[in-house]
Amino acid sequence: MTVESTAARKPRRSSGTKRAAGAASAAKPAAAATAQTQDAVPQLVQLLTPEGERVENADNAEFAPFVADITTEDLRGLYRDMVMTRRFDGEATALQRQGELGLWASLLGQEAAQIGSGRALNDEDYVFPTYREHGVAWCRGVDPTNLLGMFRGVNHGGWDPNTNNFHLYTIVIGSQTLHATGYAMGVAKDGADSAVIAYFGDGASSQGDVMEAFNFAAVYNSPVVFFCQNNQWAISEPTERQMRVPLYQRAQGFGFPGVRVDGNDVLACLAVTRWALDRARRGEGPTLVEAFTYRMGAHTTSDDPTKYRRDEETAAWEAKDPILRLKAHLLATGGADEAYFAELEAESEAMGKRVREAVRAMPDPDTMAIFENVYADGHALVDEERAQFAAYLASFEEGH
Amino acid sequence: MAVEKMSIAKALNESLRKALEQDPKVLIMGEDVGKLGGVFRITDGLQKDFGEERVIDTPLAESGIVGTAIGLALRGYRPVVEIQFDGFVFPAYDQIVTQLAKMHARALGKVKMPVVIRIPYAGGIGAVEHHSESPEALFAHVPGLKVVSPSNASDAYWMLQQAILSDDPVIFFEPKRRYWDKGEVDFDAIPGELHKARVTREGSDVTLAAYGPMVKVCLEAAAAAAEEGKSVEVVDLRSMSPVDFDGLQASVEKTRRLVVVHEAPTFLGMGSEIAARITERCFYHLEAPVLRVGGFHAPYPPARLEDEYLPGLDRVLDAVDRSLAY
Repeated sequence: MTVESTAARKPRRSSGTKRAAGAASAAKPAAAATAQTQDAVPQLVQLLTPEGERVENADNAEFAPFVADITTEDLRGLYRDMVMTRRFDGEATALQRQGELGLWASLLGQEAAQIGSGRALNDEDYVFPTYREHGVAWCRGVDPTNLLGMFRGVNHGGWDPNTNNFHLYTIVIGSQTLHATGYAMGVAKDGADSAVIAYFGDGASSQGDVMEAFNFAAVYNSPVVFFCQNNQWAISEPTERQMRVPLYQRAQGFGFPGVRVDGNDVLACLAVTRWALDRARRGEGPTLVEAFTYRMGAHTTSDDPTKYRRDEETAAWEAKDPILRLKAHLLATGGADEAYFAELEAESEAMGKRVREAVRAMPDPDTMAIFENVYADGHALVDEERAQFAAYLASFEEGH
Repeated sequence: MAVEKMSIAKALNESLRKALEQDPKVLIMGEDVGKLGGVFRITDGLQKDFGEERVIDTPLAESGIVGTAIGLALRGYRPVVEIQFDGFVFPAYDQIVTQLAKMHARALGKVKMPVVIRIPYAGGIGAVEHHSESPEALFAHVPGLKVVSPSNASDAYWMLQQAILSDDPVIFFEPKRRYWDKGEVDFDAIPGELHKARVTREGSDVTLAAYGPMVKVCLEAAAAAAEEGKSVEVVDLRSMSPVDFDGLQASVEKTRRLVVVHEAPTFLGMGSEIAARITERCFYHLEAPVLRVGGFHAPYPPARLEDEYLPGLDRVLDAVDRSLAY
């Protein structure tokens, strides 16, 4: 039994007395990752408990200063981001059920990991997502409807990555960690004061590309943050089938720090990611952040999680809901009142309606788009086949 | 130095040098490309002159090399990647096929992928396994990639220049057993188009189509056939994606016979595609079916057998005779 699987059923509080391995790694990367496999409680950097209380402890001391500037208004902003993202995600799931989307990969439960890390980024930083980073896209200002094109089947990505420094979704898991590393190598060559962040999941951590990305990033001291959302399940494969050593500890073997953060704590995710990005921008190289979280829904709308996981596990994680936790904090501290939440609810409903209408209005691509952008400089075969197919289609017109 | 005689290896080296000089965004990446200058010395001296930031020794990880090259291209660089040997490209095949080839299309044309992947390929040097293969059809089959192979020093120099200037990913197959063949390079020439075939020897009875290492074999076969009174035309295809079917068609319409020669296995190889297309285009001109000469549907054999495996003069001439017998 590994740490990860047990963690879901254990008391949630991280140790206040033990020094977090993550915090230790910040100070001394080489000595960072003490094996915790016998310890049933994962070492987590946490700033906000599931009950919504701010905590200060040795585990989070290294990171807390990175959110010292966060105001009540900022907290409301983070809350709004999470609510809007969840509403968008819920709408997309509904649209799939209604036949408007061919598939949807829900982020339900991972809002804090995505909003916390996404809001840590500067405009000039560059994001390499997998296919579930709807919350990060939201933080980057990507029009949510842009994310739906590929799931509706009108394109394979379709947005200009350079508009929001948000790369296309990548379906082959782990591939984008190498793209991020290469991009970061370029950032370093350019002497730019920015960083790159690569998102991937616990399943992708089994891919060779992720290991190669870690190694290239370490060897070239590249300004890249590897942000793993360990949501405990790779479709139906639990983390026991992915790893025997806690994920964040892998960084040590490559020569850079690894930190495990409570992925359902938006404030801790913000702090740890800011810390890691800061290291990258200062030329201190890569960091692995493992956001310990949970995918509340299916992997995609195609699978049925009741076939492979227990209700008690899901229920245990429901108690750690990232949105409820911040709401509790805002209510307890007077940071927001019920009127605020009601207003936000109405706003998110309106957004859901907009998304629904936009998807339904999304036109099918022109048939001849098949031949577009296959090559930048053109290709004789594509030209030939385009002409042949156009003539074939035209023959039906002539027939009438 | 307008015209100079040099080996294909030297021409490639000069081409890389010029590319590095002309565009600060051009980078060389690969295993051993720095101090060693590559196992075939194609990058010899480049790191000394351009530094470790431009000529980058990488970890021994092909997927990593291509994957990071994609990232560098997204950042505005033009990486020229060296894969050490043909059989070593497969760890990177995923990145090439699922990522590199499709990025431009997936972004609706908003990003470009000016990545060149140089691969010393094909046999004839007595190497151990994975060092002699001809996987060109596997790449030519993939939409989004361009695939070329020079057969002489001039093309080596100019085609590599053009590949680096291309905004599309180009798989650049270098015929490793021809690296030391010498030929003239005109540095002031206006090169032909990258993807145009070239008639290397004119003839009227049958067309031999080849690329890379087999062009030389076909020229030798044409010379031998001439002694028997047969007029053989040799077309150097130069590009496997796209194939210059217009150029080849013109030759076949003249000779009415076509034999395609390559080292790779014939089954579902370049020859199969060429035979199909030329049959479609030239059905009423052809006096004989399009014939193929190539490798067998078997793993590339141990070095002591490669002379039997590789198409040589006799097998090519036999195919010419078979074609003329129809």
